[in-house]
Amino acid sequence: MFSYFIERLPSITDNLGAFAAGAWTTIWLVGTALLLGLLIAVPAGIVLARSEKSWLRWLVAGYSHFFRGTPMLVQAYIIYYGVGLQLSLHFPAIQEMAVWPILREAWPWALLALMLNTGAYTSEIVRGAIETTPQGEIEAARAMGMSPGLAMRRIVLPSAARRAMSAYGNEIIFLLQGSAIVSTITIADITGVARDVYANYSEPYLPFMMAGLLYLLITSVVVFAFRLLEKRYFRHLKTRTLSA
Amino acid sequence: MPAELPGYLANIFHGAWITLAVALVSLALSLAIGVTVAPLRLSPNPLLRAPVTLYTTLFRGVPDLVLMFLLFYGGQDVANNITDHFQLDYFEINPFIAGCVTLGLIFGAYMAETFRGAILAIPHGQIEAAQAFGLSKRHIFRRIVFPQMLRNALPGLGNNWLVLLKTTALVSIIGLSDMVFRADLAAKKTMPFFFYMVVALIFLVFTSISVLVLRRLKRRFNRGFAVREG
Repeated sequence: MFSYFIERLPSITDNLGAFAAGAWTTIWLVGTALLLGLLIAVPAGIVLARSEKSWLRWLVAGYSHFFRGTPMLVQAYIIYYGVGLQLSLHFPAIQEMAVWPILREAWPWALLALMLNTGAYTSEIVRGAIETTPQGEIEAARAMGMSPGLAMRRIVLPSAARRAMSAYGNEIIFLLQGSAIVSTITIADITGVARDVYANYSEPYLPFMMAGLLYLLITSVVVFAFRLLEKRYFRHLKTRTLSA
Repeated sequence: MPAELPGYLANIFHGAWITLAVALVSLALSLAIGVTVAPLRLSPNPLLRAPVTLYTTLFRGVPDLVLMFLLFYGGQDVANNITDHFQLDYFEINPFIAGCVTLGLIFGAYMAETFRGAILAIPHGQIEAAQAFGLSKRHIFRRIVFPQMLRNALPGLGNNWLVLLKTTALVSIIGLSDMVFRADLAAKKTMPFFFYMVVALIFLVFTSISVLVLRRLKRRFNRGFAVREG
């Protein structure tokens, strides 16, 4: 068995560049989707936690429900095969537009799918963190004469961010692992490269082990970074030792 | 509207049952693995603890799709080697079984972690009390730990079930003709947005029903602990 793997090792060593490029694709797709998703999630979370306007709440709740209740694979299919690839068929004029060279690629649609998905999950995290704000903090802010908007910005959101941190760390890892499905819409991410290597070398073990290793590596970096962040932002909560 | 539409839809609805069957079989498998592995994960013996810790870490740290490819293609390769070696006929791994085993193994790792947390949440005094009564280790697990573990684990189990249900969509990639696979066939011919949307809505129905059932179960399991609203 050992000699088999030694013999098959070139399937990995010949493709180290491809795996590195795949890792980079995964990292920037997930990273960009997280940032854009956060731009959706914060307002959406505020609406879910605070808004009484029924139509807006209804809309945001519907969005969050749909993206949390369906598989990301199906979401990616709807967005890429159902919308992205259909655009030029139904609106031929779009091919004349300046954005067409981008829109005919697969990555903007993969990014859109990942972003909408993480936006939905994160909006629930934001909602939860806002709803668990100690009532006293809000009362104190209001007593100081802050308007509800100012109190939200200065008091509620910063303290909610701290409470949301560990759940958000989980969401990052969740999206990183979920992002493997973009390989099914032709993106050469880590999983996509592993599938190509499997097809070219008919080697069923090593490429997927290599892919798993890369995901584990990125996951551990994220976990480590969050541990550092938590240490920094939860400094004030550390139990003080009385001696020394 | 194409004339084949009702046929495609009927095909997708039939696939919905396959999706449900995969999810339920995988759930049973993952629960069995989780219940077996969780006590080992808490064992004082490192020879028992280390391998199961490795299992739960690896299977939760690697994307489900990558594990699915590894187990499906790798499993086929192992099967081929065995049939070659014993000069048997070519044997093709059934994607239904491969899908259920893969999902069962992946979610077994999540279930084990859920059960581990649920066991740790049981007040230690109860186990000491049981020991003081002279109950054997197995008795303590069966009578004291297990029933409370189930109650503590329920929210986590519900969550795992919802993730598992959605992850079944991946089995379409290794060729099992679940509803995603069937929608894919239809979408390649016509109206991709519509057919994928139908599948998404069926998933939404499944997950929404699950949420309602889980809410009722939670109320039932927590009956003895309910705070009375006056």
